[in-house]
Amino acid sequence: METDFTPFASLTGGILIGLAATLLMASLGRIMGATGILTGLIRPASADEFKWRAALLAGMVSGPVVVLLLTGQMPAVEVPVSVPMLVVGGMIVGLGVTFGGGCTSGHGVCGMARLSPRSIVATVTFMIFTAVTVFVLRHVVGV
Amino acid sequence: MRFVITYLIGLVFGVGIAISGMANPAKVLNFFDIAGSWDPSLAFVMGGALITTLIGYRLVFGRSAPMFDTRFHLPTGRSIDLRLVGGSAVFGIGWGIAGFCPGGALPALGTGRWEVFAFVGAVIAGILLARFVQSLGAPAAGASA
Repeated sequence: METDFTPFASLTGGILIGLAATLLMASLGRIMGATGILTGLIRPASADEFKWRAALLAGMVSGPVVVLLLTGQMPAVEVPVSVPMLVVGGMIVGLGVTFGGGCTSGHGVCGMARLSPRSIVATVTFMIFTAVTVFVLRHVVGV
Repeated sequence: MRFVITYLIGLVFGVGIAISGMANPAKVLNFFDIAGSWDPSLAFVMGGALITTLIGYRLVFGRSAPMFDTRFHLPTGRSIDLRLVGGSAVFGIGWGIAGFCPGGALPALGTGRWEVFAFVGAVIAGILLARFVQSLGAPAAGASA
């Protein structure tokens, strides 16, 4: 499935992601990491630990709706993989981010921005493994 | 007040993810498919997010504490070990299979698409499974990023 190259929209989106990460650190002193947010919602250490994450998630989920209201179009979600791949992939993601201590947002943006050696190693590792997985699935296995 | 601000920060993140293309698995997978239908857009997402955060964090860490807390909550782990590298490798494999990452999928829940709910449900199952495995073996893992 071909997708359009969207450098301007992607750069703007990226800057907003970075702005949100900066503001979360400036206000609550927290890392904007989807893994930590999700984990903290599933198994919160305290009521307050749950509340700020719930408020943050509510804002995140409102994002596509606000884009719909502003542009008249819901952001595209095109899923070029089968349902079993979505579910198995999701479980593997859940396992990996728990042991790896973060994902694209936590390690890839916030950790890299702190120049954390752990996050740099994690990000390089998952970028390589994602690319290899996509290559193997699309060009060797042929799904 | 604190929760209103937190909600608005989540909204900025959600709008950013939505317009960047990170919530769209077709676009994400094409970024990694250099040998096929390559779409380099996500380099602009990562670049824009990283440079903005790099500058933003410089400014924020110039202060002694965040606005609504007494300290910054930063990961304390320092060790680069098998858990970090192996976990990240496993995450990469899952991302390459599904095309969603957690940061892309959480805002994408707002589109109401069932595929996103299926993915996030599976991620939660994976997190719980990993926590269970951790509870059987070694001492608890460090804080998640």
